[in-house]
Amino acid sequence: MKPPDENDLHALVDGQLAPAYRAQVEAALVENPATRAEVDAWRAQRDALRELGVDAADSAVPLRLLAAVQSRQPSWMGVLGAAVAGATMGVAGWFAHAWHAGAGEPGDLRARFVRDAVVAHAVYAPEVRHPVEVGADQSAHLVQWLSKRLGAKLRAPMLEGQGFGLVGGRLLPGDDGARAQFMYQDSAGNRITLYVTVLAKGASPGATAFRFEDGKPVAAFYWIDGDFGYALVGNLSRSSLLELSKVVHAQLAG
Amino acid sequence: MNRERIIGHIPALRRYARLLTGDAHRADDLVQDTLLRACAKWALWRPDSDLRAWLFTIMHNVFIGQLRAGPPAGAQAAEIPDSGQEDDVAAAIDLERALARLPDDQREVLLMVTVEDFTYAEVARMTGVPVGTVMSRLSRGRRRLREAMEGKRETADARQHLKVMK
Repeated sequence: MKPPDENDLHALVDGQLAPAYRAQVEAALVENPATRAEVDAWRAQRDALRELGVDAADSAVPLRLLAAVQSRQPSWMGVLGAAVAGATMGVAGWFAHAWHAGAGEPGDLRARFVRDAVVAHAVYAPEVRHPVEVGADQSAHLVQWLSKRLGAKLRAPMLEGQGFGLVGGRLLPGDDGARAQFMYQDSAGNRITLYVTVLAKGASPGATAFRFEDGKPVAAFYWIDGDFGYALVGNLSRSSLLELSKVVHAQLAG
Repeated sequence: MNRERIIGHIPALRRYARLLTGDAHRADDLVQDTLLRACAKWALWRPDSDLRAWLFTIMHNVFIGQLRAGPPAGAQAAEIPDSGQEDDVAAAIDLERALARLPDDQREVLLMVTVEDFTYAEVARMTGVPVGTVMSRLSRGRRRLREAMEGKRETADARQHLKVMK
Protein backbone atom coordinates (compact mmCIF):
# COMPACT_ATOMS: atom_id res chain seq x y z
CA MET A 1 0.00 0.00 0.00
CA LYS A 2 1.19 3.49 -0.76
CA PRO A 3 1.74 5.68 2.28
CA PRO A 4 -1.31 7.78 3.10
CA ASP A 5 -1.13 11.30 1.71
CA GLU A 6 -2.09 14.38 3.65
CA ASN A 7 -5.67 14.38 2.42
CA ASP A 8 -6.07 10.90 3.87
CA LEU A 9 -4.89 12.19 7.23
CA HIS A 10 -7.44 15.01 7.23
CA ALA A 11 -10.15 12.57 6.24
CA LEU A 12 -9.07 10.30 9.08
CA VAL A 13 -9.36 13.12 11.60
CA ASP A 14 -12.74 14.19 10.21
CA GLY A 15 -14.19 10.69 10.05
CA GLN A 16 -14.54 10.88 6.27
CA LEU A 17 -12.60 7.73 5.33
CA ALA A 18 -14.23 4.48 4.28
CA PRO A 19 -13.91 2.02 7.20
CA ALA A 20 -11.64 -0.42 5.34
CA TYR A 21 -9.24 2.25 4.21
CA ARG A 22 -9.35 3.91 7.60
CA ALA A 23 -7.78 0.82 9.18
CA GLN A 24 -4.97 0.91 6.63
CA VAL A 25 -4.23 4.57 7.27
CA GLU A 26 -4.22 4.00 11.02
CA ALA A 27 -1.84 1.07 10.58
CA ALA A 28 0.49 3.23 8.52
CA LEU A 29 0.50 5.82 11.30
CA VAL A 30 1.81 3.35 13.83
CA GLU A 31 5.07 3.27 11.93
CA ASN A 32 5.37 7.00 11.70
CA PRO A 33 5.36 8.77 15.08
CA ALA A 34 5.89 12.24 13.66
CA THR A 35 2.84 11.99 11.43
CA ARG A 36 0.88 10.43 14.23
CA ALA A 37 1.71 13.36 16.49
CA GLU A 38 0.45 15.75 13.84
CA VAL A 39 -2.79 13.79 13.46
CA ASP A 40 -3.25 13.75 17.23
CA ALA A 41 -2.77 17.50 17.35
CA TRP A 42 -5.39 17.98 14.63
CA ARG A 43 -7.78 15.74 16.52
CA ALA A 44 -7.28 17.74 19.69
CA GLN A 45 -7.84 20.93 17.72
CA ARG A 46 -11.02 19.53 16.20
CA ASP A 47 -12.33 18.62 19.65
CA ALA A 48 -11.46 22.07 20.97
CA LEU A 49 -13.27 23.79 18.09
CA ARG A 50 -16.37 21.66 18.62
CA GLU A 51 -16.29 22.51 22.29
CA LEU A 52 -16.13 26.18 21.37
CA GLY A 53 -19.18 25.60 19.18
CA VAL A 54 -21.13 24.14 22.08
CA ASP A 55 -20.72 27.35 24.04
CA ALA A 56 -21.60 29.46 21.03
CA ALA A 57 -24.87 27.62 20.44
CA ASP A 58 -26.15 27.71 23.96
CA SER A 59 -28.01 30.98 24.23
CA ALA A 60 -31.70 31.48 23.49
CA VAL A 61 -32.53 32.35 19.89
CA PRO A 62 -33.23 36.09 19.72
CA LEU A 63 -36.68 37.11 18.65
CA ARG A 64 -35.46 39.13 15.68
CA LEU A 65 -34.18 35.93 14.09
CA LEU A 66 -37.50 34.17 14.52
CA ALA A 67 -39.22 37.26 13.18
CA ALA A 68 -36.97 37.16 10.11
CA VAL A 69 -38.40 33.78 9.20
CA GLN A 70 -41.97 34.56 10.07
CA SER A 71 -42.60 38.13 9.05
CA ARG A 72 -43.47 37.44 5.45
CA GLN A 73 -45.74 34.60 6.30
CA PRO A 74 -47.93 35.57 9.21
CA SER A 75 -50.04 32.48 8.72
CA TRP A 76 -47.20 30.00 9.16
CA MET A 77 -48.82 28.98 12.37
CA GLY A 78 -52.47 28.35 11.91
CA VAL A 79 -52.43 29.00 15.62
CA LEU A 80 -52.73 32.68 15.18
CA GLY A 81 -55.88 32.70 13.22
CA ALA A 82 -57.74 35.90 12.73
CA ALA A 83 -56.38 37.42 15.91
CA VAL A 84 -53.05 37.86 14.24
CA ALA A 85 -53.77 37.84 10.58
CA GLY A 86 -55.20 41.31 11.04
CA ALA A 87 -52.10 42.44 12.84
CA THR A 88 -49.49 43.28 10.28
CA MET A 89 -47.07 44.47 12.89
CA GLY A 90 -45.11 41.25 12.89
CA VAL A 91 -43.92 39.12 15.67
CA ALA A 92 -41.70 41.60 17.43
CA GLY A 93 -44.32 44.23 17.87
CA TRP A 94 -46.62 41.52 18.90
CA PHE A 95 -44.57 40.34 21.76
CA ALA A 96 -44.19 43.91 22.90
CA HIS A 97 -47.71 43.81 24.29
CA ALA A 98 -47.70 42.44 27.74
CA TRP A 99 -49.71 39.39 28.47
CA HIS A 100 -51.83 41.11 31.08
CA ALA A 101 -52.90 43.84 28.69
CA GLY A 102 -55.28 41.45 27.07
CA ALA A 103 -55.69 38.68 29.56
CA GLY A 104 -59.43 39.11 29.51
CA GLU A 105 -59.67 38.54 25.80
CA PRO A 106 -59.41 34.99 24.63
CA GLY A 107 -58.14 36.05 21.21
CA ASP A 108 -55.19 37.94 22.64
CA LEU A 109 -54.42 35.26 25.11
CA ARG A 110 -54.39 32.74 22.34
CA ALA A 111 -52.34 34.88 20.05
CA ARG A 112 -49.59 35.75 22.45
CA PHE A 113 -49.20 32.85 24.69
CA VAL A 114 -49.80 29.96 22.33
CA ARG A 115 -47.61 31.50 19.70
CA ASP A 116 -44.74 31.88 22.16
CA ALA A 117 -45.21 28.27 23.20
CA VAL A 118 -45.32 26.97 19.64
CA VAL A 119 -42.31 29.00 18.56
CA ALA A 120 -40.33 27.78 21.56
CA HIS A 121 -41.31 24.23 20.67
CA ALA A 122 -40.33 24.69 17.02
CA VAL A 123 -36.95 26.06 18.01
CA TYR A 124 -35.89 23.55 20.63
CA ALA A 125 -37.73 20.29 20.00
CA PRO A 126 -35.60 19.50 16.89
CA GLU A 127 -32.34 20.31 18.66
CA VAL A 128 -30.02 17.35 18.88
CA ARG A 129 -27.23 18.71 21.03
CA HIS A 130 -28.96 21.23 23.25
CA PRO A 131 -32.66 20.59 23.48
CA VAL A 132 -32.60 21.68 27.13
CA GLU A 133 -30.44 23.82 29.39
CA VAL A 134 -30.72 21.60 32.42
CA GLY A 135 -31.29 17.90 32.00
CA ALA A 136 -33.67 15.57 33.79
CA ASP A 137 -30.71 14.02 35.60
CA GLN A 138 -30.79 17.17 37.70
CA SER A 139 -34.56 17.44 37.84
CA ALA A 140 -34.70 18.75 41.41
CA HIS A 141 -32.19 21.43 40.52
CA LEU A 142 -34.08 22.16 37.29
CA VAL A 143 -37.42 22.78 38.98
CA GLN A 144 -35.83 24.80 41.75
CA TRP A 145 -33.93 26.94 39.28
CA LEU A 146 -36.93 27.62 37.03
CA SER A 147 -39.13 28.36 40.06
CA LYS A 148 -36.63 30.90 41.25
CA ARG A 149 -36.42 32.60 37.89
CA LEU A 150 -40.16 32.71 37.35
CA GLY A 151 -40.83 33.76 40.92
CA ALA A 152 -43.38 31.02 41.64
CA LYS A 153 -43.23 27.43 42.71
CA LEU A 154 -43.28 25.26 39.60
CA ARG A 155 -43.60 21.55 39.24
CA ALA A 156 -42.64 19.30 36.34
CA PRO A 157 -45.38 16.75 35.74
CA MET A 158 -44.35 13.12 35.45
CA LEU A 159 -45.59 11.56 32.24
CA GLU A 160 -43.86 8.17 32.37
CA GLY A 161 -47.26 6.53 32.62
CA GLN A 162 -48.08 8.02 29.23
CA GLY A 163 -44.74 6.92 27.77
CA PHE A 164 -43.01 10.30 27.96
CA GLY A 165 -39.87 10.80 30.00
CA LEU A 166 -38.61 14.21 31.10
CA VAL A 167 -35.69 15.43 28.98
CA GLY A 168 -35.14 18.63 30.94
CA GLY A 169 -36.03 22.28 30.78
CA ARG A 170 -35.18 25.73 29.63
CA LEU A 171 -35.65 29.26 30.79
CA LEU A 172 -37.03 31.48 28.03
CA PRO A 173 -37.70 35.19 27.77
CA GLY A 174 -41.20 36.62 27.66
CA ASP A 175 -42.08 40.29 27.67
CA ASP A 176 -43.84 39.95 30.96
CA GLY A 177 -41.02 37.98 32.55
CA ALA A 178 -39.29 34.67 32.30
CA ARG A 179 -41.03 31.56 31.09
CA ALA A 180 -40.24 27.90 31.50
CA GLN A 181 -40.25 25.09 28.99
CA PHE A 182 -40.22 21.45 30.07
CA MET A 183 -39.45 18.92 27.37
CA TYR A 184 -40.53 15.27 27.28
CA GLN A 185 -39.72 12.50 24.86
CA ASP A 186 -41.19 9.08 24.16
CA SER A 187 -39.33 5.95 23.10
CA ALA A 188 -39.87 6.79 19.42
CA GLY A 189 -38.15 10.13 19.91
CA ASN A 190 -41.32 12.25 19.69
CA ARG A 191 -41.00 15.35 21.80
CA ILE A 192 -43.65 17.38 23.54
CA THR A 193 -43.10 20.57 25.48
CA LEU A 194 -44.96 22.12 28.36
CA TYR A 195 -44.65 25.89 28.31
CA VAL A 196 -45.37 27.72 31.53
CA THR A 197 -45.85 31.37 32.38
CA VAL A 198 -46.68 33.06 35.64
CA LEU A 199 -49.52 35.50 35.20
CA ALA A 200 -49.28 39.07 36.39
CA LYS A 201 -50.92 39.81 39.70
CA GLY A 202 -54.66 40.08 39.27
CA ALA A 203 -54.49 39.05 35.63
CA SER A 204 -55.64 35.51 36.06
CA PRO A 205 -59.25 34.74 35.26
CA GLY A 206 -58.89 31.88 37.78
CA ALA A 207 -59.16 28.93 35.49
CA THR A 208 -60.12 28.25 31.91
CA ALA A 209 -61.14 25.21 29.94
CA PHE A 210 -58.68 23.50 27.65
CA ARG A 211 -58.42 25.27 24.36
CA PHE A 212 -57.03 23.65 21.28
CA GLU A 213 -54.98 25.14 18.47
CA ASP A 214 -53.87 23.24 15.44
CA GLY A 215 -50.80 24.99 14.10
CA LYS A 216 -49.56 22.40 11.63
CA PRO A 217 -47.39 20.50 12.02
CA VAL A 218 -47.65 20.93 15.75
CA ALA A 219 -50.75 21.35 17.85
CA ALA A 220 -51.27 22.79 21.30
CA PHE A 221 -53.69 22.63 24.19
CA TYR A 222 -53.54 25.57 26.53
CA TRP A 223 -55.23 26.58 29.70
CA ILE A 224 -54.98 28.81 32.73
CA ASP A 225 -55.02 27.46 36.25
CA GLY A 226 -54.58 29.86 39.13
CA ASP A 227 -51.50 31.99 38.64
CA PHE A 228 -50.16 29.91 35.78
CA GLY A 229 -50.72 29.72 32.06
CA TYR A 230 -49.84 26.41 30.44
CA ALA A 231 -49.50 25.22 26.86
CA LEU A 232 -48.74 21.64 25.94
CA VAL A 233 -47.30 21.49 22.43
CA GLY A 234 -46.49 18.53 20.24
CA ASN A 235 -46.78 16.90 16.88
CA LEU A 236 -49.49 14.53 18.08
CA SER A 237 -53.12 13.85 17.34
CA ARG A 238 -55.65 16.02 19.07
CA SER A 239 -56.91 13.14 21.16
CA SER A 240 -53.43 12.08 22.35
CA LEU A 241 -52.53 15.64 23.20
CA LEU A 242 -55.79 16.09 25.08
CA GLU A 243 -55.18 12.96 27.15
CA LEU A 244 -51.72 14.24 28.04
CA SER A 245 -53.08 17.67 28.86
CA LYS A 246 -55.60 16.16 31.26
CA VAL A 247 -52.84 14.25 33.02
CA VAL A 248 -50.68 17.36 33.25
CA HIS A 249 -53.59 19.42 34.53
CA ALA A 250 -54.52 16.85 37.15
CA GLN A 251 -50.95 16.68 38.44
CA LEU A 252 -50.45 20.43 38.58
CA ALA A 253 -53.88 21.52 39.82
CA GLY A 254 -54.06 23.04 43.27
CA MET B 1 -43.15 22.88 1.93
CA ASN B 2 -43.25 24.85 5.11
CA ARG B 3 -40.68 27.54 5.74
CA GLU B 4 -40.94 26.92 9.42
CA ARG B 5 -38.47 24.08 8.90
CA ILE B 6 -35.81 26.79 8.71
CA ILE B 7 -36.32 27.53 12.39
CA GLY B 8 -34.87 24.19 13.40
CA HIS B 9 -31.59 25.16 11.75
CA ILE B 10 -31.22 28.53 13.46
CA PRO B 11 -29.17 27.22 16.41
CA ALA B 12 -26.58 25.66 14.05
CA LEU B 13 -26.48 28.79 11.89
CA ARG B 14 -25.85 30.88 14.99
CA ARG B 15 -23.13 28.57 16.23
CA TYR B 16 -21.34 28.70 12.90
CA ALA B 17 -21.78 32.46 12.54
CA ARG B 18 -20.55 33.06 16.07
CA LEU B 19 -17.30 31.19 15.45
CA LEU B 20 -16.93 32.64 11.98
CA THR B 21 -17.29 36.27 13.01
CA GLY B 22 -15.93 36.05 16.57
CA ASP B 23 -18.64 38.44 17.71
CA ALA B 24 -22.09 37.58 19.03
CA HIS B 25 -23.82 40.65 17.65
CA ARG B 26 -22.23 40.43 14.21
CA ALA B 27 -23.07 36.75 14.17
CA ASP B 28 -26.76 37.35 14.74
CA ASP B 29 -26.72 40.08 12.08
CA LEU B 30 -25.25 37.55 9.69
CA VAL B 31 -27.87 34.96 10.63
CA GLN B 32 -30.64 37.48 10.24
CA ASP B 33 -29.45 38.52 6.77
CA THR B 34 -29.16 34.87 5.86
CA LEU B 35 -32.69 34.09 7.03
CA LEU B 36 -34.15 37.05 5.21
CA ARG B 37 -32.43 36.04 2.01
CA ALA B 38 -33.48 32.43 2.45
CA CYS B 39 -37.10 33.50 2.85
CA ALA B 40 -36.87 35.77 -0.18
CA LYS B 41 -35.45 32.91 -2.23
CA TRP B 42 -37.60 30.22 -0.66
CA ALA B 43 -39.23 29.35 -3.99
CA LEU B 44 -35.79 28.29 -5.25
CA TRP B 45 -35.24 25.67 -2.61
CA ARG B 46 -35.84 22.15 -3.91
CA PRO B 47 -37.73 20.13 -1.31
CA ASP B 48 -35.68 17.00 -2.04
CA SER B 49 -32.37 18.76 -1.33
CA ASP B 50 -30.56 19.32 1.93
CA LEU B 51 -32.05 22.38 3.61
CA ARG B 52 -29.11 22.77 5.99
CA ALA B 53 -26.57 22.85 3.15
CA TRP B 54 -28.76 25.32 1.28
CA LEU B 55 -28.90 27.65 4.28
CA PHE B 56 -25.15 27.42 4.84
CA THR B 57 -24.55 28.20 1.17
CA ILE B 58 -26.64 31.33 1.55
CA MET B 59 -24.77 32.27 4.69
CA HIS B 60 -21.47 31.79 2.89
CA ASN B 61 -22.60 34.13 0.12
CA VAL B 62 -23.88 36.74 2.56
CA PHE B 63 -20.63 36.55 4.51
CA ILE B 64 -18.52 36.94 1.36
CA GLY B 65 -20.67 39.86 0.30
CA GLN B 66 -20.13 41.56 3.64
CA LEU B 67 -16.37 41.06 3.40
CA ARG B 68 -16.35 42.68 -0.03
CA ALA B 69 -18.32 45.58 1.35
CA GLY B 70 -15.44 46.25 3.75
CA PRO B 71 -14.28 45.08 7.14
CA PRO B 72 -16.69 45.63 10.00
CA ALA B 73 -16.04 48.40 12.45
CA GLY B 74 -14.01 47.24 15.42
CA ALA B 75 -11.48 44.47 15.55
CA GLN B 76 -12.59 40.88 15.62
CA ALA B 77 -12.87 39.21 18.98
CA ALA B 78 -12.60 42.61 20.63
CA GLU B 79 -15.32 41.72 23.12
CA ILE B 80 -13.37 38.94 24.73
CA PRO B 81 -11.82 39.82 28.07
CA ASP B 82 -8.14 39.20 28.39
CA SER B 83 -7.36 38.29 31.96
CA GLY B 84 -8.61 36.86 35.21
CA GLN B 85 -9.89 33.65 33.67
CA GLU B 86 -9.59 30.04 34.61
CA ASP B 87 -7.25 27.93 32.51
CA ASP B 88 -9.97 26.24 30.45
CA VAL B 89 -11.68 29.48 29.72
CA ALA B 90 -8.37 31.09 28.86
CA ALA B 91 -7.58 28.30 26.41
CA ALA B 92 -10.97 28.70 24.76
CA ILE B 93 -10.42 32.42 24.44
CA ASP B 94 -6.98 31.88 22.96
CA LEU B 95 -8.44 29.45 20.47
CA GLU B 96 -11.19 31.85 19.50
CA ARG B 97 -8.67 34.62 18.98
CA ALA B 98 -6.39 32.43 16.90
CA LEU B 99 -9.41 31.38 14.87
CA ALA B 100 -10.33 35.00 14.25
CA ARG B 101 -6.88 35.63 12.83
CA LEU B 102 -7.10 32.89 10.23
CA PRO B 103 -7.83 34.01 6.68
CA ASP B 104 -11.62 33.99 6.18
CA ASP B 105 -11.63 31.20 3.60
CA GLN B 106 -9.58 28.91 5.83
CA ARG B 107 -11.74 29.65 8.86
CA GLU B 108 -14.89 28.90 6.90
CA VAL B 109 -13.68 25.53 5.67
CA LEU B 110 -12.27 24.52 9.04
CA LEU B 111 -15.54 25.30 10.83
CA MET B 112 -17.81 23.74 8.22
CA VAL B 113 -15.81 20.52 8.40
CA THR B 114 -15.01 20.21 12.09
CA VAL B 115 -17.92 21.85 13.86
CA GLU B 116 -20.75 21.43 11.35
CA ASP B 117 -19.74 17.98 10.07
CA PHE B 118 -20.11 18.73 6.37
CA THR B 119 -18.22 16.46 3.96
CA TYR B 120 -15.43 17.91 1.84
CA ALA B 121 -17.61 17.58 -1.24
CA GLU B 122 -20.45 19.45 0.45
CA VAL B 123 -18.11 22.24 1.51
CA ALA B 124 -16.80 22.46 -2.06
CA ARG B 125 -20.35 22.82 -3.40
CA MET B 126 -21.37 25.32 -0.75
CA THR B 127 -18.37 27.57 -1.19
CA GLY B 128 -18.18 27.13 -4.96
CA VAL B 129 -14.60 25.86 -5.21
CA PRO B 130 -13.05 22.50 -6.20
CA VAL B 131 -12.50 19.86 -3.52
CA GLY B 132 -8.74 20.31 -3.94
CA THR B 133 -9.10 23.92 -2.85
CA VAL B 134 -11.16 22.86 0.16
CA MET B 135 -8.39 20.44 1.15
CA SER B 136 -5.63 23.00 0.83
CA ARG B 137 -7.62 25.56 2.84
CA LEU B 138 -8.30 22.95 5.49
CA SER B 139 -4.63 22.00 5.61
CA ARG B 140 -3.38 25.54 5.86
CA GLY B 141 -6.04 26.44 8.40
CA ARG B 142 -5.21 23.51 10.64
CA ARG B 143 -1.47 24.15 10.54
CA ARG B 144 -1.80 27.84 11.08
CA LEU B 145 -4.19 27.48 13.98
CA ARG B 146 -1.91 24.91 15.57
CA GLU B 147 1.12 27.16 15.20
CA ALA B 148 -0.79 30.07 16.70
CA MET B 149 -1.89 28.00 19.69
CA GLU B 150 1.54 26.55 20.27
CA GLY B 151 3.09 29.99 20.08
CA LYS B 152 0.57 31.06 22.70
CA ARG B 153 1.47 28.15 24.92
CA GLU B 154 5.16 28.92 24.68
CA THR B 155 4.53 32.53 25.57
CA ALA B 156 2.43 31.45 28.54
CA ASP B 157 5.14 29.04 29.63
CA ALA B 158 7.75 31.75 29.32
CA ARG B 159 5.62 34.11 31.36
CA GLN B 160 5.14 31.46 33.98
CA HIS B 161 8.87 30.91 33.99
CA LEU B 162 9.53 34.61 34.49
CA LYS B 163 7.15 34.68 37.43
CA VAL B 164 9.00 31.84 39.04
CA MET B 165 12.34 33.51 38.46
CA LYS B 166 11.35 36.70 40.23
